[in-house]
Amino acid sequence: MEMNVTRRTVLRGAGSLGALSALIAAGALKPAAVFAAEWNKGAFEARDSAGVLKSIGAESATENNKLVLKVPDIAENGAVVPVEVVSGIPNTTSIAILVEKNPLPLSAYFDFSNGALPEVAVRLKLGQTSLIKAVAKADGKFFIAQKEVKVTVGGCGG
Amino acid sequence: MKYRIAIMAALVATWTGPVLAQEKDPTIAGIEKYREMLGDDNPAELYEARGEILWKKADGPNRVSLEKCDLGLGPGVVKGAYAQSPRYFADADRVMDIETRINWCREKIQGFSSADVKKKPFGSADKPSQIEDLLAYVVTASKGMKIAPPNSHPKEKEAYELGKALFFVRAGPYDFSCASCHGEDEKRIRLQGLPNLTTPRDTKASHAAWPAYRVSTSRLHSMQWRINDCYRQQRFPEPGYMTDSVNALITYLAVTGEGELYKGPSLKR
Amino acid sequence: MSDPMKIRAKMNGDVAEIRVLMGHPMETGQRKDAAGKPIPPHFIQSMTVEVGGKMIVDGQIGTSVSRNPVFGFKMKGAKSGDKVVISWVDNKGDKRSDSVAIA
Repeated sequence: MEMNVTRRTVLRGAGSLGALSALIAAGALKPAAVFAAEWNKGAFEARDSAGVLKSIGAESATENNKLVLKVPDIAENGAVVPVEVVSGIPNTTSIAILVEKNPLPLSAYFDFSNGALPEVAVRLKLGQTSLIKAVAKADGKFFIAQKEVKVTVGGCGG
Repeated sequence: MKYRIAIMAALVATWTGPVLAQEKDPTIAGIEKYREMLGDDNPAELYEARGEILWKKADGPNRVSLEKCDLGLGPGVVKGAYAQSPRYFADADRVMDIETRINWCREKIQGFSSADVKKKPFGSADKPSQIEDLLAYVVTASKGMKIAPPNSHPKEKEAYELGKALFFVRAGPYDFSCASCHGEDEKRIRLQGLPNLTTPRDTKASHAAWPAYRVSTSRLHSMQWRINDCYRQQRFPEPGYMTDSVNALITYLAVTGEGELYKGPSLKR
Repeated sequence: MSDPMKIRAKMNGDVAEIRVLMGHPMETGQRKDAAGKPIPPHFIQSMTVEVGGKMIVDGQIGTSVSRNPVFGFKMKGAKSGDKVVISWVDNKGDKRSDSVAIA
């Protein structure tokens, strides 16, 4: 783990993706290795929202109405719940999404660069009715928005 | 007691004026919003991609592909074939739905045994069956085309009449028929709306959406599965995979729902 | 072998809209099989989106993402014809990369 983190830091430090591509082309690195190392084990294995927020450095996140979380009020099935996060906060570079009641709340963490707009659409699993939390990072500060999704139990039909 | 008060309050609320009375049930409105947000990205596309490879692959004991299979519009014509099914096939002397016909080709062209194709037609989330992949490929090639089962050959008309009759046959421990659930407008089981499959209006919308990928099971479900499972839910003995009675019911639904543009495979809860 | 991804990328004004559907079980590790044995976790951990040779999204993924994941992203500064490459790696080291040109 340590070694990978170091390697990644070095790679990031090297700057351009061009340099990375050269390394990959030279066979020094497989593409997967470039990002496989960065999975934030601590954050993804945290068992509650507070633990996740701490792991990603967002424990002092403040609410901001420019961070928009779009979720359905009711999900017909918890296996697939569409979630969209759009950050209107200038210089947003990262967005994290948490499902508070899931055993491992952190669902995804995205870093945006090179023209990507700070927004994302995903589909998440909800084991039960839960708050969804979106966290955005902008200029080193963290912001949070949250909404509840009710999970219903379906019948037959289809 | 609390519940009773809540119900009373709700009743009073609905009587306080026409505006409130006309408001949509918030649960139904919420579910509609959920479905809208789910959008078009459908895992059925993964089935379709595998199905296309499978269709073109030399397979079975005969090591040939299905590219010469006649789905009703001539050997090798996939586009539009599903929209014009079920139909009578002279070579088999039967009315077949598209799934039955694909399996017929697997037997006759590729040399699979009848037992092989019937062994495990309904896959699991982790192991989709080959017929589900092939089916997804074939039906997707009819997307946007008008549902137009021929219903002209005497056997096709016979299948339609048989399917219609079966739809209303009440029996089993619950004294149910298909029509018990699907014979009236606006019925529902818990949150699931039940289409009235005796009317073109509901049948058009329903038939044009099958097969469907269901998120609750993470699987693509075919009409063969749907009808057999409806019988299971009625506590009937299941009529069986690719049987004449199931194909007759599918013919009845296709003819009742004709004229709609095909929009499946769809994504369901 | 994993299923090819389905990638859709199109220009909408000056914004490129990218959506991807991946075939993956996204097994949480919390479920048990019919025999009561825990099913080991099997899920995509990392994904990247590159457009025109530049990484625009670097994502880390957890077990709460649905089976057969769908992601949608947007970017400015791309144009029709630019190559979109999406890659993922799961916790078992399986990986996949697919690409499409922006329509």
